[in-house]
Amino acid sequence: MQKDIVLTMRNVSKAFPGVKALQDVDFTLRKGEICALMGENGAGKSTLIKVLTGVYHMDAGQVNIAGIDKAITIRSPQEAQNMGISTVYQEITLCPNLTVAENMFIGRGKYNFINWRDMEKKAKEILDNLDIPARPSQQLSNCSLAVQQMVAIARAVDADCKVLILDEPTSSLDDQEVAKLFALMRDLKSKGVGIVFVTHFLEQVYEVCDSITVLRDGKLVGEYDIKNLPRVQLIAKMMGKEFDDLSELNKKEISSDEDGETPVLEAFGLSSAAGVKPFDFKIKKGEVNGFTGLLGSGRSESVRAIFGADRITGGKVKMHGKTVRIAKPIDAMKQKIAYLSEDRKGDGLIADLSVRENIILALQVKKGFFKPFSRAEAEAFADKYIKLLEIKTASADTLIGSLSGGNQQKAILARWLLTNPEYLILDEPTRGIDVGTKVEIQKLVLKLAAEGMSITFISSEIEEMVRTCSRLIVMRDRKIVGELSSSEITQDNIMHTIAGGGNS
Amino acid sequence: MSKVKTVMQKNSQLIIPLIALLAIVLFNVIRCVVIGNFSFFEIRLTENTNILSGNVINILKDASELAILAMGMTLVTSASRGQDISVGASAAIAGSVFVKILLANPANWGVIIIAILASCVVAMICGAFNGILVSIFKIQPMIATLILYTVGRSIAYWINGGATPTIAKDHPVLYLGGFFPGNPIPTPIFIVIICAIIFVLVLKFTNLGLYTQAVGINEKAAHLNGINPIKMKLLTFIILGVCVALAGVIRVSRLALINHETILLGVEMDAILAVAIGGNSLGGGKFKLSGSIIGAYVIEALTNTLYAMKVASTDVKAYKAIVIILIVVMGSPVVKKHTSRLWSKLFKKKEIPATAGASSSKGGM
Repeated sequence: MQKDIVLTMRNVSKAFPGVKALQDVDFTLRKGEICALMGENGAGKSTLIKVLTGVYHMDAGQVNIAGIDKAITIRSPQEAQNMGISTVYQEITLCPNLTVAENMFIGRGKYNFINWRDMEKKAKEILDNLDIPARPSQQLSNCSLAVQQMVAIARAVDADCKVLILDEPTSSLDDQEVAKLFALMRDLKSKGVGIVFVTHFLEQVYEVCDSITVLRDGKLVGEYDIKNLPRVQLIAKMMGKEFDDLSELNKKEISSDEDGETPVLEAFGLSSAAGVKPFDFKIKKGEVNGFTGLLGSGRSESVRAIFGADRITGGKVKMHGKTVRIAKPIDAMKQKIAYLSEDRKGDGLIADLSVRENIILALQVKKGFFKPFSRAEAEAFADKYIKLLEIKTASADTLIGSLSGGNQQKAILARWLLTNPEYLILDEPTRGIDVGTKVEIQKLVLKLAAEGMSITFISSEIEEMVRTCSRLIVMRDRKIVGELSSSEITQDNIMHTIAGGGNS
Repeated sequence: MSKVKTVMQKNSQLIIPLIALLAIVLFNVIRCVVIGNFSFFEIRLTENTNILSGNVINILKDASELAILAMGMTLVTSASRGQDISVGASAAIAGSVFVKILLANPANWGVIIIAILASCVVAMICGAFNGILVSIFKIQPMIATLILYTVGRSIAYWINGGATPTIAKDHPVLYLGGFFPGNPIPTPIFIVIICAIIFVLVLKFTNLGLYTQAVGINEKAAHLNGINPIKMKLLTFIILGVCVALAGVIRVSRLALINHETILLGVEMDAILAVAIGGNSLGGGKFKLSGSIIGAYVIEALTNTLYAMKVASTDVKAYKAIVIILIVVMGSPVVKKHTSRLWSKLFKKKEIPATAGASSSKGGM
């Protein structure tokens, strides 16, 4: 092993039933280096980290760490810790009702008895050493989030910590707090700790990191020096599109904006408690538009606001030119709006109910509490859509939780198609499903639009957006930063707009 | 064949409670053979009073309050993923109101009906109180209902003015806890049947079942499908309130008095147990009402059997606990997994019908 390298991972592979989460991934971390681990959802970032911290066991590959001559096997987070690999997670996993010192030392070491004075003294040393503005005897819940995060890091950074993994540590911090955290990271860096930094914020990557490792679809895209990888290039790498690759552009009907047709839905200054900044939006009959932007840019929050899924904090909505009040999902459903949510498992499936019950649910709720469908009606609906969308299930009575991801998604799609919507919002309908089904869903979107349905389509895969949308709304930091229509919709343009490198 | 299989699969949840019930019956049969006396199963028609009596009738009758409470508790469990431990205390309040109205007015059926309705309203308010804490304030059900559990019997004490009011021996309300003149079957049994029918009809003609299950399984998804989880949870607590009032009314009519300290003491735990024995997850979501009802009768049959065996009343709880351990472990996911593996092994090897698989798993218990 080279002298300045603290960690190498070679040909790491990990498969889950049906998914190859990691395929032959290499990763290298140098002493005193902050390396950003980048990739869109499902790229394999968290799998890689979990392999490194012993939560998962890799199927193949080799991990070496400085100070140990042979390849290491990490069986548990405890073992990882002992080998000098520490992790701080996005959610602060400390005990708010204990003191700072207690949080730093509790559960560490092999002692059954604690010398409180000793502990506080040691804690003070570490805190001073790292310039963390906290007293050892202070209760943790009295510290700001940033300081709590720093305490978590202090806890993680032992004398023999070689590798520190920070998994989205900044997501709940404000700018000032982030600055403090970065100061701490730089300090640790100067002390020779190798830091793996996972974040969705590009700004932060360019502010603090030395190198970038990009993963996509479980494979290594490359390891780059930060200076050699401008922002647009990084986005291109993450999304898997070469900058100048415009080959498969598919033009569709071009709708001019000035034809005076009343939009199906118009929103003015809409904002929600989920933190999306006030935005305007409209969609016409038969139009397919999309929200794009990196994860966390506010694309889901925007459509959730339209559907009334989060608490609405301002703005108004017009359907067919008439002002309507949409405060909760049922209001939107009554206006013939349907929303297929991003998080299928968390927000979509009722896993313990049958495919049939899942398919009829939305229409049933729309029909009313006192008007249940008869068994025969429900069966007819379910069978129709199982056939129509070719949902592979043993029967309509099968629990939906036991289907494959793609078929679950089709069943949820069936649920919303069954309500016969005028405006259908599809938030990441193709995430985590196989390629065949993806194409089917894209085709279906275009077919439905041709039949007059208005559709908003959101996807992390830019290629899908290019193929299906005739208008694209680009978001960054929970704001709309640009809009592209018809011929402007190219991967090139989209990436430029996302990166903020100019709105062509 | 495949139809038999689907019916079996759909009701697989009922296998454990039914086996438990059967086992208790079987145990009694064996016991009777051993002692050479089958009086346990005897149903007698007393000649001059013309009423049915015997252990079987007693079990059916005595399980009434529990069965009614178990039905309501099932819904609360499903929607709120927790249990209401205040049902006994709430029943004391509802029962006290019931008695208070009865004693303050002439003894006729108009007054009785008004008294029942009043106790229902009071118990529904108690339920709504719990429901609001759980649904709006998102307090864990057990903590939320701990409040009424703690204070309920004190409230009942205040309503009764510290006394234990008794109902006159000739008051017609006692028919509700005993027998209507000329009818040999105890009235509580009818009340349970009526309750069960109402529940079945409500579940059939409304979406109560679908909504509560959806809320219990995935609250966020239910919300995005237009269901209001807060309303649904509140509704289940209010429905449980009605059950609580009925249980209180039956118990008061049976005893002809209200003792705020002892009325339906500890019934909440039996009701929760009935839900669990019925194969329902106490973690909420899917439920089967019939399971909980069977569960209630399992508990009562067990208690009654123990008394018939002349077990001292102080020891009964210990024996009950042992049997409950068996039932609960039998129904646990770990054991279920093993039995179903055994089942499918047998099934695949010899191509035996599903029913044979069922009996083999029964042999294993």
